[in-house]
Amino acid sequence: MANIFHPTMNVLSRTSIVVGVALPVILLSVGSGITRSAANTKVNVPLDQPVPFSHEHHINELGIDCRYCHSTVEKSPFAGIPPTHTCMSCHSQIWTNSPLLEPIRESYATQKPIKNAENELGWNRVNKLPEFVFFNHSAHINKGVNCNQCHGAVQKMQLTYKGKPFFMSWCLSCHSDPAKYIYRNPESEAKGLSQREQIFDFYYRASKGEDFLSQREKNLANGEDYAPSGKELEEAEKLVDKYHVKVKQLQDCSICHR
Amino acid sequence: MHHDTHENQPNQSAKPVGLTPGQDAPISMEAIRAKLAASTGREYWRGLDEIAETEDFQLWLEDEFPNRSTLLQLDRRDFLKIMGASMAMAGLVGCRNLPQDKIVPYVKQPEEMTLGKPLIFATTATINGYGRGLLVSSREGRPVKLEGNPDHPASAFPGDGLKYGSSDAITQASLLELYDPDRLQNTTRDGNIATFADFLADAQAIITAAKADAGQPIRILTETVTSPTMAAQLKAIQTANPRVKWHQYEPVGNSIRLGAKLAFGEAVNTIYHFDKADRVLALDGDFFMNLPGSVRYSREYAHHRRVNKNKSTMSRLYAVESAPTLTGANADHRLRARASDIEAIARAILAMAEGKSDPAPAGTEGFLKACFEDLKSAGANALVVVGDGQPAIVHAIGHKINSALGVVGNTVTYIAPVETVADSEDHFASLKSLVTDMAAGSVKALFIFGANPAYTAPSDVEFAKALAKVPLRARIGNSVDETAKLCNWNVPTTHFLEAWGDIRAYDGTASVVQPLIMPLYEGHSTIEVLAGIFGKPLGGLDLVRNYWKAQNLDPNFEKAWEKWLNNGVIAGTAFPVKTVAASGAIPAATPVNTGLEIIFRNDPTVGDGRHANNGWLQELPKPITKLTWDNAAIISPKMAETSGYSQGDILEISAKNKSVKAPVWVQPGHPDNSISLHFGYGRESAGHTGDGVGFNAYKIWTSESPEVMSGATIRKTGDTYRLVTTQTQWAMEGRDMVRFKSLEKWKEEKQSEPLAEEPPAEEDGVPTMFDQTKEWSPGFVQWGMSIDMTTCIGCNACAVACQSENNIPVVGKEQVANGRHMNWIRIDRYYVTEASAGHTVDDPLTLFQPVPCMHCEKAPCEPVCPVGATVHSHEGLNQMVYNRCVGTRYCSNNCPYKVRRFNFLNWANHHETPVLKLLNNPDVTVRGRGVMEKCTYCTQRLSASRIEAKNKNEEYDGSGVMTACQQACPTHAISFGNISDPKSEVSKWKAEKANYGLLSELNTTPRTTYLERVNNPNPALEKA
Repeated sequence: MANIFHPTMNVLSRTSIVVGVALPVILLSVGSGITRSAANTKVNVPLDQPVPFSHEHHINELGIDCRYCHSTVEKSPFAGIPPTHTCMSCHSQIWTNSPLLEPIRESYATQKPIKNAENELGWNRVNKLPEFVFFNHSAHINKGVNCNQCHGAVQKMQLTYKGKPFFMSWCLSCHSDPAKYIYRNPESEAKGLSQREQIFDFYYRASKGEDFLSQREKNLANGEDYAPSGKELEEAEKLVDKYHVKVKQLQDCSICHR
Repeated sequence: MHHDTHENQPNQSAKPVGLTPGQDAPISMEAIRAKLAASTGREYWRGLDEIAETEDFQLWLEDEFPNRSTLLQLDRRDFLKIMGASMAMAGLVGCRNLPQDKIVPYVKQPEEMTLGKPLIFATTATINGYGRGLLVSSREGRPVKLEGNPDHPASAFPGDGLKYGSSDAITQASLLELYDPDRLQNTTRDGNIATFADFLADAQAIITAAKADAGQPIRILTETVTSPTMAAQLKAIQTANPRVKWHQYEPVGNSIRLGAKLAFGEAVNTIYHFDKADRVLALDGDFFMNLPGSVRYSREYAHHRRVNKNKSTMSRLYAVESAPTLTGANADHRLRARASDIEAIARAILAMAEGKSDPAPAGTEGFLKACFEDLKSAGANALVVVGDGQPAIVHAIGHKINSALGVVGNTVTYIAPVETVADSEDHFASLKSLVTDMAAGSVKALFIFGANPAYTAPSDVEFAKALAKVPLRARIGNSVDETAKLCNWNVPTTHFLEAWGDIRAYDGTASVVQPLIMPLYEGHSTIEVLAGIFGKPLGGLDLVRNYWKAQNLDPNFEKAWEKWLNNGVIAGTAFPVKTVAASGAIPAATPVNTGLEIIFRNDPTVGDGRHANNGWLQELPKPITKLTWDNAAIISPKMAETSGYSQGDILEISAKNKSVKAPVWVQPGHPDNSISLHFGYGRESAGHTGDGVGFNAYKIWTSESPEVMSGATIRKTGDTYRLVTTQTQWAMEGRDMVRFKSLEKWKEEKQSEPLAEEPPAEEDGVPTMFDQTKEWSPGFVQWGMSIDMTTCIGCNACAVACQSENNIPVVGKEQVANGRHMNWIRIDRYYVTEASAGHTVDDPLTLFQPVPCMHCEKAPCEPVCPVGATVHSHEGLNQMVYNRCVGTRYCSNNCPYKVRRFNFLNWANHHETPVLKLLNNPDVTVRGRGVMEKCTYCTQRLSASRIEAKNKNEEYDGSGVMTACQQACPTHAISFGNISDPKSEVSKWKAEKANYGLLSELNTTPRTTYLERVNNPNPALEKA
């Protein structure tokens, strides 16, 4: 009786077993890779804006406080985007002829919000959360969570880009163990600054150069995570208590989803 | 014709599985009576079909998913195919490129505005011409939520010590009317877009030309006017130009004004003081809903009525009424009487009060005697209230009774009329004189401000026909309604949230109407249009400021103005108490009509029709009938029995050569041989929501007998119509839901210690499987709610407030019929029959029970969710996580309270009407299709208050936060707060003996609990 299967079928069957096992794994890893890549998360991808605003210049070189423009960051869920008048408080005096600032001057003159060259109103949103997530800036700032913790090395951005991917698991890394992220700075504290004010003092100190920063703050200045030592963690646990942060509650769904 | 709407309804003959019961199969009243007679104790029921156990009702009850789609009847193969396809598609839903979001900053950010946080302004709502003080939250310039103003007399009662103002369903829903996509957007001439300047030029030309004419060729028609600025304008206009005459028309409310005039010889307004009224008799009057001071009255009433550990006295309410209302439902004793018999009843009481004799109608003597003795014993703390459903003569008798009882100055006071009267207190006379002149051709121009007489005029006043003879017909209104369609000029007017104005409240207190937003369309306020036509054009702000500056109320006007705006009240403007003598002679008794009577009333939700295009109010179940999206010919069970009419039969009601077709609704508690009809429906030009809904009762209404009509004939057409009610939906199948007892019994029980909720434990020595440990996380605020059924009047304010706060969609009649009503808090209405106490199916007791999510500590919904979309928080909230929900609806199936709502369709899809997006509360997710939702205890408000405390680095104690339902409630029947704090109000309520949990025998340990209803019956009237 002739063979039902030709010997080459052996190769085929072996291949299909290998492929059958490997393909889902490959597909899953490719899919997950794409999901986590900048193509999807837009991390480190600067967006076109009506004006190529440099955070690096305004923070690091000029020493302007975050709150000068993001004026509601300490008291509202929304950090605030500066109205044209805020830009013009300086730019009516300096760089008054800069072609880059034309959209600002036009907005000021016409009393219409800022537009890009395509006549689209407004700035392109860099950091976006889904509509069912209710993030509150003030709650984080008042507990001393630094801007860079979520936004990356803002003071070094010449064009603004998203610093972190904003996956839920990433949010939960702090919401499950805030002690890894909360710290205090003795130098700022010596000036009598609260946990909230220490955040903005950090940018002042960072602008003088990284030599004056602790390792943790060096990482922060570069938008990198830091693995605190056991002793640091112990101290942070005390801070968590002092700030009335209820760690268990931080993972309640309704804390972010309403 | 209006009745084509009936014929257009689908599902007339077919009886699909799982549809709301009650309309298709006739209910046998005989069977119901037999069943109730067989019962020895109390029976609690919600609808006649429930007690009759009709096949439909049983189907509905036993159906596992009564609200599922009935469109697809699939076999197994098709089901698998569709499931397979759905699985494949579901995966692809996530694969799409989201559009780039934009952030558009201000050019110059307004002062005080914190983006992301609400700004709150005081203003005043205009409800039927009267003011109700509001505090309005504005989000980035959009008004998104209305609350009562605690400083305003019509929204709060200073004597009850509560720090918040209340509101009612209509006030809450007035927000939706701002964003109504059917609003008139442009000035139009003969239907073409024109400019406001063109309109003014046209109007002024005709006014100038009329100066040479004789008589009064220029006419103005308004509704009730209480705005001091507008009243002054109208007066000045008429003084300056004798060719101008002002008319006034509002369909309901005439009898109140005329009754006072009859009794006192002059027009006065009546102010009640329910906080002092120990014994109240309401003669066919619903003071909880229909009066300009109703919210305030409800607050006063509840404050006086409430009983607790420290207060064991309560008022007693008697109601003699025809069509059932909230007042009758809340009364300790309700006497069912035909509307035409109430005059005789009032006369009998007056006779007793004056020590004379006037025989009471047969069968009412015992009740009236006991009631009168009780009123008398209360001395100056008695009170008689007559409702707008009774003619002027009964009002006059009511005033005389109060005077004879000696209560004037205590529970009743009188003030000068708050409304400015045009030419007559009798609005029918005013309208008729206008119509006569129009028909005679002597009117050259008519300016109609707001009123809609082409729809609301009585059938014997042919407004529409006469209007055609007026050359310049201008309508200043908010939509192209029936009247606007007949006018050549249409000018859009503003909503009260869009323009400056002023208004007076029920007691005369004036307040400024402060705009929250620029007019969305090219609207102009009434005072601006008046100034434009007759004087020199001026903005609303200047008009209002100029008026009040001229009043010289304060030497420092600017400072005073700031204060008025901030407080929402112009202090010291309440009218002084007026001393009047009820010396007017009462006309001879109206001959008693023994034949069929027709009672006309404003609809409890859409009013006289002005709210017909308001989806929230259309879908809101009516307080008593629980009907949605319809009015009906409401008859008694006995009448249904004797005449052979059953629920849904279409009757043709004819009177004076006019007829209307109306579906029958059988209403327990309705008087016999009497039909009540509600206005507000059968609109032909209300807008997308209100057009063609229900039937138009104005068609057979006449000005001769506006309250009660006799001489009508009815004919059964043989057609049927599907009325949709929520009364039997979400039924909790014959368990011990509502509890009530008499004050005496309550006092007896109060002596003993409060009982802990009895655990269902160890039956016959078998240990319980229920875990009895409290699951309170230490150190966290624990949220809980307590609802006082003694003070809950069933008014629905909470339901609309919740809808507004939580972005709850409107689903439409057909979907309500499918059981897909979305309201997170429903008000269950129960009837109680107890043969031994005289409560039969004809005269049941009515009880209300608001049911939000119970936030059970051991929530049955949680373990059945396959994706963990509903879980508990450390603060004891049963959280619903929309983004996790995949829509299995197991949770809803397992919820014993039936409080979960499912988005069967994409209700919140506003692509076609983007203006409705402005309405949404930005703190609450707008839910999409396929997602379960339910009451969250307003978790967004809890979070906001928690974050506020934490930002101050304080330990959060949960004080000072209110849910939307609690804040709206005009009787403070809802308390909410931290139950782990024994000092919180909610803890104190829960510590009352009367506290009980719904279905607590299931051991769900609900966080929402109820205080038993306590009634205060008169022992003299208690049946042996």
